[in-house]
Amino acid sequence: MNLILFTFIVLLGFTSYYFGRRKAYTIQSTNKRLTALPQFYGYYLAIWCAIPAFIIFSLWAIFEPTIVKLLILSDYSNQGYLDDELNLIYEKTKALSRGQFTGEITPFIEASAEKYLSLRSIAQSSKVVIVLSIIIASVAYAYKKISSNSRTREPVEKFLKVVLFTASLAAILTTVGIVFSLIFQTIDFFKVIPLFDFVFGTHWYPAKAFVRDSSEALDPTMYSDTFGAVPIFAGTFFIAFIAMCVAIPIGLMSGIYLAEYASVKVRQYAKPLIEILAGIPTVVYGFFAALTVGPFLKEIGNSMGLDVSAESALAAGGVMGIMIIPFISSLSDDVITSVPQSLRDGSYAMGATKSETIKKVIFPAALPGIVGSILLGVSRAIGETMIVVMASGLAANLTLNPLESTSTITAQIVVILIGDQAFGDPKTQAAFALGMSLFLVTLCLNIVALRVVKKYREKYE
Amino acid sequence: MNKNKEQLLNKRYKAEKRFRLYGQSAIFMALLFLTIFIFKIFSTGYSAFQKTWLIVPVTFDAELMMLEQNPSKEDLKDADYYDIALKSMADLDPNANEDQENELKRMVSYFFEREIKRELLNDPSLIGKTKDVYLTASDDLDQVFKGNYPRDLPEDQRRVTDYQLKIFDQLVELGKVESKFNLSFFTYPDSREAELAGIASSFMGSIFSILVCLMIAFPVAVLAAIYLEEFAPKNRFTDFIEVNINNLAAVPSIVFGLLGLGILLAVFQLPRSTPLVGGITLSLMTLPTIIIACRASLKAVPPSIREAALAMGASKMQTTMHHTVPLSMPGTLSGTIIGLAQALGETAPLILIGMVAFVNTIPGSPLDPAASLPVQIYIWAESAERGFVEKVSACIMVLLGFLIIMNLFAQIIRHKFEKKWS
Repeated sequence: MNLILFTFIVLLGFTSYYFGRRKAYTIQSTNKRLTALPQFYGYYLAIWCAIPAFIIFSLWAIFEPTIVKLLILSDYSNQGYLDDELNLIYEKTKALSRGQFTGEITPFIEASAEKYLSLRSIAQSSKVVIVLSIIIASVAYAYKKISSNSRTREPVEKFLKVVLFTASLAAILTTVGIVFSLIFQTIDFFKVIPLFDFVFGTHWYPAKAFVRDSSEALDPTMYSDTFGAVPIFAGTFFIAFIAMCVAIPIGLMSGIYLAEYASVKVRQYAKPLIEILAGIPTVVYGFFAALTVGPFLKEIGNSMGLDVSAESALAAGGVMGIMIIPFISSLSDDVITSVPQSLRDGSYAMGATKSETIKKVIFPAALPGIVGSILLGVSRAIGETMIVVMASGLAANLTLNPLESTSTITAQIVVILIGDQAFGDPKTQAAFALGMSLFLVTLCLNIVALRVVKKYREKYE
Repeated sequence: MNKNKEQLLNKRYKAEKRFRLYGQSAIFMALLFLTIFIFKIFSTGYSAFQKTWLIVPVTFDAELMMLEQNPSKEDLKDADYYDIALKSMADLDPNANEDQENELKRMVSYFFEREIKRELLNDPSLIGKTKDVYLTASDDLDQVFKGNYPRDLPEDQRRVTDYQLKIFDQLVELGKVESKFNLSFFTYPDSREAELAGIASSFMGSIFSILVCLMIAFPVAVLAAIYLEEFAPKNRFTDFIEVNINNLAAVPSIVFGLLGLGILLAVFQLPRSTPLVGGITLSLMTLPTIIIACRASLKAVPPSIREAALAMGASKMQTTMHHTVPLSMPGTLSGTIIGLAQALGETAPLILIGMVAFVNTIPGSPLDPAASLPVQIYIWAESAERGFVEKVSACIMVLLGFLIIMNLFAQIIRHKFEKKWS
């Protein structure tokens, strides 16, 4: 039904475009001057036809279920039901009206279902009537405007501009959405677990916080020593550190080589090949780390008499480092190439060799940009999920031994939220609190890094 | 004095050479990782494209199938195939005791009944006759045949018994074991049994998610980019939008998963585990990528184009829509494809919105529960069975194949259609 109405509105929009344009031609044939090109008359009419109808249509779609629910449940209002029970009654009513109800049918529910069906059909038909009358009214208004040959281009362009502007708000809306989705759960979490325990506690055993019976009162002491995030934070930064130990030397040196030494031909092939590493999905790296690198390191360790866990931080961090190489190499390559040639020429003129020029002149000049690229790499390492989930352990050990397994923020979020979640449970909220801290940390890193890179670009442009 | 100078110079030249070597070895290391990586995936994955079949003589005994004389097509569909299937497996070794018969049954997949049924439905005249039927071998025997299974382990550490191996070797000698292209890997949905697991369900899930993502992200991103590049006034608010976009491009993907979970599922009550929610979540992630690409290619359109159009009396909007935007389309499209390729490989946000659930049907619309290719990789990689290892690699090969095609496509669009202004 909704789909038919939707297509109908769209079709009406198209037809009114043609009517508007035809009207413009008839005005033209009476030797009057048009105020805009004929198609603007068409657009004008089409916009007036479709947009008000769509607005009503979507408002209806949003509010209809709520209003119907209120009307149905008003029958039960003074019988002392709890909210949950009322919801259940409503779900039963809906299921029965669809003929999918499989429980015992009480006369109450049956009456509600009948009422539900009649309400729905009233709502449907009144929706069609209202939408159609809105279309008629607005088209009539717009047609009158066109006939009197008033301006059409300006309103149409203004409308388009509003559409463009609204689209550009999507980025802000997404950020707001992220903050909203995180903040409420996080606040609820910190109502149960003190912030101090979360930030400075050293024991993280979310499995201990079993799903609580909702009728029971919340007992904060039950969760003491359960949600101490220090091991998680430590593990995150530790694995990121290992990753950067791999990525910075290799990435930076390849960036320098590509920018300063490589011939055009080498550059042409090597650069895209290295960038392939950035295009490989992280789940593939995770599989590689878990299947190949982990067991390989374990074997090497065992042959040297070391006790290496198959899910060591070294395996996850190392593979993550490989993933980050291309970020650092292409960013530092860009940064180095944008250092002005005059600096190089000056250094060569003083008799410096190429490597001396790079080390003493170009590198210091490009340092802010390189630092920015490294910070972006760190932010990526901290936010990386799949490699850690698959290759590193899921138990939160507080350790600085790269051969043992550790866990990270991202891995814990996945562990907690995989499968069914109960909102309102401290364990689920803990995942959101971790997400919030991850978001804040990466946000700070990104802002600083983008600032630094931008400042640097401006310096040489 | 002179000698000293020469020594110094030599030292400096040596340092130069060393530095150069560091650079070369860094590139070499990066490429080495790539090669090892691709080699490892291909060497473990290629065997998944072959599937092992046992050729077993089946007697279509009407009595055992509970069929009457001259059965109709309906009767054939409803007939009991389990007994003849069981019997034909048991007949492989006439001396088998009850336990051994059970082991014989487990040499093939639990689809064996269906495979025999399909054979008869194709040719109803087979009733009462005996025919060699291809039955899917169990994943362990499949691995044995491909040589991936260590046969020299003690029996209690293997999932294949000595008895099964003995019968299997007899069949191999008789030429009754065949390896054929594994079509079911592409046409079957996911399964708990490695020999029957395919990528059809996750593939469709990926396709639906990407389509939803494209339909949302592309229009919104292009419109936003046009506004920001062509119309936005230079003020604080515009700067704020810009900072937002740049930050969103660097927010970890899992945070978008939390957004999908906390807003799309919890507040808007959209159906869990569906490509619809997955697509919306991914579209929020790709939005900044496409906006940035589209803005860059709008910026690359030279001002002279705009000035010429304006000079001819076109309005700002007409100039933008008729001239600037069409000229920027190649860059925008290739940026969009690259953004979609990233979205196609994304796993973590989809796990959070429940697309990791076990789905053994092929989704027919974005509203049916589904997995996606990368999530399928994760699910199989977490599974302990040996038969899944090669499946994971094969699935990775399919996924990488798609990513390569998409990236090539983006390159072609860029090189073929983009105008070079000089």
